[in-house]
Amino acid sequence: MSFILSAIVFAPIVGVIAITALRFFAKPSEAEAVKRNSRWIALWTTLATLALSVLMVANFDPANAGFQFSESIPWFSGARYQMGVDGISVLFVLLTAFLMPLCIAASWNTIQDRVAEYMIAFLLLEVLMIGVFCAMDLILFYIFFEGGLIPMFLIIGIWGGKNRVYAAYKFFLYTLLGSVLMLAAILVMASVAKTTSIPELMVYKFAPGLQTWLWLAFFASFAVKLPMWPFHTWLPDAHVEAPTAGSVILAGILLKLGGYGFLRFSLPMFPVASTLFTPLIFTLSVIAIIYTSLVAFRQTDIKKLIAYSSVAHMGFVTMGIFAGNIYGVQGAIFQMISHGLISAALFLCVGVIYDRMHTREIAFYGGLVNRMPWYAAVFMLFTMGNVGLPATSGFVGEILTMTGLYGASTWAVLFATTGVILSAVYMLTCYRKVVMGDLVNPKLSGITDLDWREVAIFAPLIVGTLVLGIYPHLVLGVTQASAERLVDAWRATAGG
Amino acid sequence: MTLPLEIQIAASELILAIGALALLILGAFRGDRSTGLVSLLAGLVLTAAAATAAFSPMGVIFRGGFVADAASAFAKVFIYLFSAIAILLGERWLSRLKSSRFEYPVLVMLAAVGMGMMVSAGDLISLYIGVELQSLALYVLCAFRRDDAKASEAALKYFVLGALSSGILLYGASLIYGFAGSTRFADISHAVHAGAGTGVIFGVVFLICGVAFKVSAAPFHMWTPDVYEGAPTPVVAFISAAPKLAAMVLFARLLLQAFPDAIEQWRQVIVVLAFISIAVGALAGLVQKNLKRLLAYSSIANIGYALIGLATGGQNGVQALLVFMVLYMIDVTGFFACMVALSRQGRPIERFEDFAGLAKEQPGLALAITGLSFSVMGIPPFSGFWGKFYIFKAALAGGLWPIAVFGLVGSVIAAFYYLRLVKIMWFDPSPGAADPAPVDARWIGMGLALFSSGFVVFALNPLDQAARAAARAFGLG
Repeated sequence: MSFILSAIVFAPIVGVIAITALRFFAKPSEAEAVKRNSRWIALWTTLATLALSVLMVANFDPANAGFQFSESIPWFSGARYQMGVDGISVLFVLLTAFLMPLCIAASWNTIQDRVAEYMIAFLLLEVLMIGVFCAMDLILFYIFFEGGLIPMFLIIGIWGGKNRVYAAYKFFLYTLLGSVLMLAAILVMASVAKTTSIPELMVYKFAPGLQTWLWLAFFASFAVKLPMWPFHTWLPDAHVEAPTAGSVILAGILLKLGGYGFLRFSLPMFPVASTLFTPLIFTLSVIAIIYTSLVAFRQTDIKKLIAYSSVAHMGFVTMGIFAGNIYGVQGAIFQMISHGLISAALFLCVGVIYDRMHTREIAFYGGLVNRMPWYAAVFMLFTMGNVGLPATSGFVGEILTMTGLYGASTWAVLFATTGVILSAVYMLTCYRKVVMGDLVNPKLSGITDLDWREVAIFAPLIVGTLVLGIYPHLVLGVTQASAERLVDAWRATAGG
Repeated sequence: MTLPLEIQIAASELILAIGALALLILGAFRGDRSTGLVSLLAGLVLTAAAATAAFSPMGVIFRGGFVADAASAFAKVFIYLFSAIAILLGERWLSRLKSSRFEYPVLVMLAAVGMGMMVSAGDLISLYIGVELQSLALYVLCAFRRDDAKASEAALKYFVLGALSSGILLYGASLIYGFAGSTRFADISHAVHAGAGTGVIFGVVFLICGVAFKVSAAPFHMWTPDVYEGAPTPVVAFISAAPKLAAMVLFARLLLQAFPDAIEQWRQVIVVLAFISIAVGALAGLVQKNLKRLLAYSSIANIGYALIGLATGGQNGVQALLVFMVLYMIDVTGFFACMVALSRQGRPIERFEDFAGLAKEQPGLALAITGLSFSVMGIPPFSGFWGKFYIFKAALAGGLWPIAVFGLVGSVIAAFYYLRLVKIMWFDPSPGAADPAPVDARWIGMGLALFSSGFVVFALNPLDQAARAAARAFGLG
């Protein structure tokens, strides 16, 4: 098992090489075959990666709070190729590997233009996203973190909607600006601590004054990525313009990088600064929850509504992380995993009707339940999951973060709970307008229900949402030890 | 039989100089029919010179006028190899345009000798000779297509401004000689150590201005966009790579070995140059419509980054500068090689709109240009990122954080115009059919892009060590 992480990270490269070879050596007359084979190669590659990830998680020891499956090879000038996972990151690896085959399947018929390139972009994205969660060296982490911009930029820009160029630029430049500040912080850390190994930096004590600056630089990057209010403006544009599978990855994985970053870097490496800035985080999160919920309520585009709802849900995550107790951190991780499933599913739900009608306007729809009963049921489940109904995974995440937050700030809880109510308001309103009522629009009369491919995509997501809602220990048991260690370490150094 | 030490140490330059003269005679006797042969031989001689430079003994000869150390060997290997690539690119390009002449490879070789002198200069006189030998060859190369008005204009501009900068350089050198009493770097260093008077500082500033012209650091960059736009593309591929490395190494040797005790004075000048270069490069690049002009501004910005490494004045800074320059050379040569390979209806592709839809017509080259764009943008894991990584690491460790943060922000601004190139190639529809790309330039471009977009991570360790050994030769802390 010693090189399992590298195997998982670089497995999709095999698919990339295969598709590239196919693309360049096929004759022009074989264009259709290239398309078909690219899809199958991508699907099998992502499934193989998923199998490897499952194997890895099955061998993961939840009682061990440290890093497992560690690999370390000297690279250059002190930096090392260092990989490893702990309880915090291991499930994100699985989540990424889990969502990728669904993305490929969701793009099966929708993407008809430059299929090979599309699949290559997704496989590269998978490499980089899984790499972020496995990297145990700051430089390696930065490569994966930043490199992910390129495939995403191309996915939005080439296969996106009408206003895709604007959205792609905004996404790229916004995130890049945040990231270069983090790069500066990484370089300062490397020259002060004389190491770039993450486990070593987690126990290195930076001077409190320096911590403040480093924390702010990392914050710049993670707050944009997460995104936190007021750095969220790129997200609705990117989501609306991205193809469905792009939105799934954006909401399911890319947003989680910010939360993961706070857990992996800000808390353990800059504990003093984290305590100092906790009120800032709480304020921004509360604003995010209430403000973006209200904004979501006024949206006329379903995708935009879900995008704003993501920002609101990420507000819970940041509050949970900085609550500074085990409930908060556990809840935040759970919320991220759960949101990874639910928001991905919601974007897929939008994709289903978009594929049929080519519009995402709420006003266009109405009464879909009359023609698409199965779809109505699936959409209902994920709407409820997003609202946080008990027995869905959304509930567990919210209740845990709230419990944790209660130990940190009663006021914050007071405001945050309004967010739960507001999420019910906008999600249910949207659901009512799209699905319920009579079928008024004549264009909808011929709309068809889910086909077997779509059912196959939704089935694992439904199972995941319900199983995690009913038996959350599946996640919490894995994250427990590492989360405890994180919280204890923070308490000890920050004197909290 | 053992050769005298002087000949062994200067072997690579001797090989080149003699080779250039021999090939000149060969060409003169056999005429333009021999261009292919002369080019081939020139490439071989350059490669042989690179190998010789790597393995020849080190030492200081000709009364301190010629220094062979790890730094010069490092620079020479890359300079000669990139000169060979320039010959390969240029010869085929010119022969396609029916203006192939045997002087082209010979001129590149002479420029290479000049660059070898530059990086080995241990004396203001040998420095000047190296700079002039290199520059004169480059002026002629720029005007190589005599009947092309734009190229002639570019060459004339280059020549006039280059002559002006040489004058400034020479004036600075004479001031230094007057106040320090010697032209040798070691003696100047002693004199400055005893106390740097106003006269010496004046001289240093003049020298810096002169060299800044050669590396095209703003505000001495005016010639760059015009020359890049007007000169033949393979010549630009040459000008934008090897001479920049040579001039930066010369810059480092001059300031760090002749004026190590005046570092507080010259550092300010270098930092200001870096500031202005990064700002000019990033902002002026935004409004360019021609890729060659854009790359000119990009080179100005990149020289700004390299100057940050120099400004730190330490061993890490020099190492960063060397790594940065080598990786930048790879990127920029790759860019121009791709441009050499591209044309629509026989017309070379230069303007931005010509690149529209290239991803569909020439997916390989479009991919190469995309990779190189992300590389100069400084996105990991592409090679451009590693160059910037070294530079900013050295700057932050050396306490130069204002310029480092400024540079990072500048790189985000610059990202905008490289993204536009990517956007045009991938997102926009094509205006018309692109011609099939010639094999030689295409493979050079794609090979360099491939290196830059992935294989570089395997090359980092050897590059790191070689550059560190080279930087150590300056004897800094």
